[in-house]
Order: sequence, then structure tokens, then C-alpha cells
Amino acid sequence: MLAKRIIPCLDVRNGRVVKGVNFEGLRDIDDPVTLAEYYNEAGADELVFYDITASAEHRGLFTDVMKRVAEKVFIPLTVGGGISSLNDFDRVLKNGADKVSVNSSAIRNPMLIKEAARHYGDQCVVLSMDVKRVNGVFTVFGRGGRDQTEINAIEWAQRGQELGAGEIVLNSMDADGVRGGFDIEMLNAVCEKVTIPVVASGGAGKMEHFSELFKFAPGADAGLAASIFHSKEVSISDLKEFLNAAGVPVRRIQK
Amino acid sequence: MIAIVDYGAGNLHSISGAMKTLTEDVTVTSDKNILAKAAGIILPGVGAFGDAADRLRETGLGDAVTARAKAGVPLLGVCLGMQLLFEKSFEYGVHSGLGLLKGEIAPMACDLKEKVKVPHMGWNALDIQKECTLTRYIQNGDYVYYVHSFYAKGIDSLNARSEYGNLLIPGMVSKGNVFGCQFHPEKSGGVGLNILKAFWEVTEHA
Repeated sequence: MLAKRIIPCLDVRNGRVVKGVNFEGLRDIDDPVTLAEYYNEAGADELVFYDITASAEHRGLFTDVMKRVAEKVFIPLTVGGGISSLNDFDRVLKNGADKVSVNSSAIRNPMLIKEAARHYGDQCVVLSMDVKRVNGVFTVFGRGGRDQTEINAIEWAQRGQELGAGEIVLNSMDADGVRGGFDIEMLNAVCEKVTIPVVASGGAGKMEHFSELFKFAPGADAGLAASIFHSKEVSISDLKEFLNAAGVPVRRIQK
Repeated sequence: MIAIVDYGAGNLHSISGAMKTLTEDVTVTSDKNILAKAAGIILPGVGAFGDAADRLRETGLGDAVTARAKAGVPLLGVCLGMQLLFEKSFEYGVHSGLGLLKGEIAPMACDLKEKVKVPHMGWNALDIQKECTLTRYIQNGDYVYYVHSFYAKGIDSLNARSEYGNLLIPGMVSKGNVFGCQFHPEKSGGVGLNILKAFWEVTEHA
């Protein structure tokens, strides 16, 4: 049986992690390679890196980071941010990424999903979507949640799958930052309509939120979070033991 | 020296990086002369079976790998590289493999009776059926990372398998000096590195 995946997400700007992890007795660690190794040892099933570098001239710093991470950490690596063309796919895949996530660029140009899937395989292409309820309708937002679109999220998920996306990251803007748990209703609405894996994002505040996620949204394959892991409020190894005890199939790290 | 065969199929960065944590003596190559000198050969692969089999044939690399394996050099096929070790595949047509192992590659979708997702992507537990050199440092129930839509059937070389829906997916296979992993050891964390370590040790003593 497949294990449910736990995925920490790291924002990287100019080659450094934006919110460093506070290690006991140490200053903030903002080196992406050190953090990647730390999460790998703790039992993370996959790592997501978002490149939030503003300027194109600093893109090289990010690809250098990916290359160094891929030399040290041997679990699947996903890259998002700044991906708007096949050249961008090529740039990160050649530097150690296994999957590439697209968001705003796919809204502007849905054929990017199709072309990337044809070139690199469906399993490489992740459709990431920021979704918020607008008058009761699950609505897709672009540009990191700044731009409201006319796109219905359920239809967008189905379209993404048809175009060749191999996975969906569903970020609920309603749940994000509130720490009240994942958006079960939104996740179920999307999971019912697609057959590709769905990663839940937004809303995790404590360990119980992950067990609720996998219990009440059984179609969700993974839970993604950032701040609760970075702040060390929740350790991934404790979370895995907790989920295992709750009957959720997870990959436990044997000491 | 460990040679990783470069026949234009996919990303070789991770597998060579993982081997380099064990030994510096790793070469990614499409040169048959280098294969002839290698102490061990890794056949990677991502993509379609037919394309990969064609490229192995056109470049002569398939014959070179087969000849070395028959001469006793340890060979490890990974993912599509494992599938290529078998006799044939039914992935979009019928294609011949290297025929080093008995069996064929078939679409999972045709045999799945339960509603599970294809591709089989993610971490799944290994159920060890028959110990082999490569299972030396791993334990029953260890998780490994799979990404595939086709699987091996009618085989006589099973070492470990994973349950997916109603299917039992051959995860590790071997026959003598020929080994295969359907999952990606280079993406399976410490467990995967332990499998690669065991392979590397085989090449040291071959």
C-alpha cells in the first residue's frame, strides 16, 4: 500500500531559505542544503523548493542550490516558482529536480502543461493551484493569490489532468495561515473529479490536522506545510509516529 | 569503476550522485570501450520502453551491456532499465528487451481491479520474498520510491515485491549477477543508498 506523504516546503530567495529553521542553540539556518539534509533525516518524503527570487539574474543561484541539494539528498525534489517555459523545466530538471510545479504560467498558457508532459513525462509536471471560495465557488487565483481569475478550480484541476499534469498541489487560500486544519471540503471536491495524486496545502497547525486530513479526505495523497515544520512546532519524525499510531500508512525512518 | 549507461534516456544526475556517495569511481558513459572495462554497470531509464529499446539497439549499447552481463559483470537495471532486462514489453506495441531475465512487461491498468491511481507513484513497502545480495542491508517493510505504469509478469527472478491495489508489483529481481529495481534506489533515501551500497560491494568482489 502506498504511504501518505509528508512534504515540507522551502521558500528560497537569492540562494537562501527565506525563513530559516531555528536549531536549538544555533542561529537561524538558512542554507537550503543543510535544511534539506535535516528534513531528509527527519523522514520527509519529498521536498518542495519555491524559487521566489525576483530578478532573472539570480536564477543561477537557485539552480546551483538545487544541484547541491541533489548531491546530498536522495528523495524526490520538486521545484516551483519562476517556471514559465520549457527552458525553465529543462534548467531545473538538469540540475537535480524530479518534478516541476507550474501555477500562474499554466493559467496564462495551459499548453505549457501539455508540452512539458510530452517532453519530460506526466510524472514530472505538477499543477499547483491557489484556490479561494468566491460567492461559494472554488475559484483559482493567479500570481501567488493576488489575481482573481474566472476559472473554476474543479474544472481547472480536470483540465490540468487532461493536459498531462501528473499531480496537483491544492492550496486553500481560505485555510492558509489560519492554522485551523486542511480544507477538507475543497480537497474532497477536487479529489472526486481527478485520478492523479492530490497534495493538500494550507491550514496545518498541529499533528492532528494531518490525521484528520487523511481520514476525512481519503483521496489526498500528501500533506504539505511550511511554517509548522520550520518553527519546529511539529517535527516530521514525531508526526510520522503519530500518524502510524492513528492507522495512517506512512514511511517511518528506522533508526 | 561503475559505469552508468547513457543512451539518452532521462536524468542521470541523481543515480550518479547517489553512487558518488559510495565511490568516486563512477562514470556516465555511452562508450562501449569504457563499458568493457567497468567492474559494474548500471542501466537507468525513464520514458517509453520502445524508444529506449530502439536506442540501445541502434547504438550497440544493448549488445555491449548484454555481453558484459553474460561475462559475469554485475549489472543493475533501474526502473525502465530493469524492465529492459526482460524478454519483451507490451508498452504501446510489442518490443524486445535484452532478454537477460525471463518475463514480460505489461500495463498495470489492464490488471488492476481496484480503483487505484496509475502511475504507481510514491513510497511503497517492500515485502522480501527471497533474500539476495542487494537485500543485505535492508529490512522487510522498508519503503522505496516508485514511479511507473507498467510492471513485470511471468518472472522467475523475484526477490521483493510491493502491494498496489490487487497487484503484487515486482520491486527487486535478480538472477546471478543481473539485478533489477523497479523503484528508484537513488530516490529512496537511506534504504535506497543501502541497496546501491550492496551492489557496489558486489562489483568490488566480482
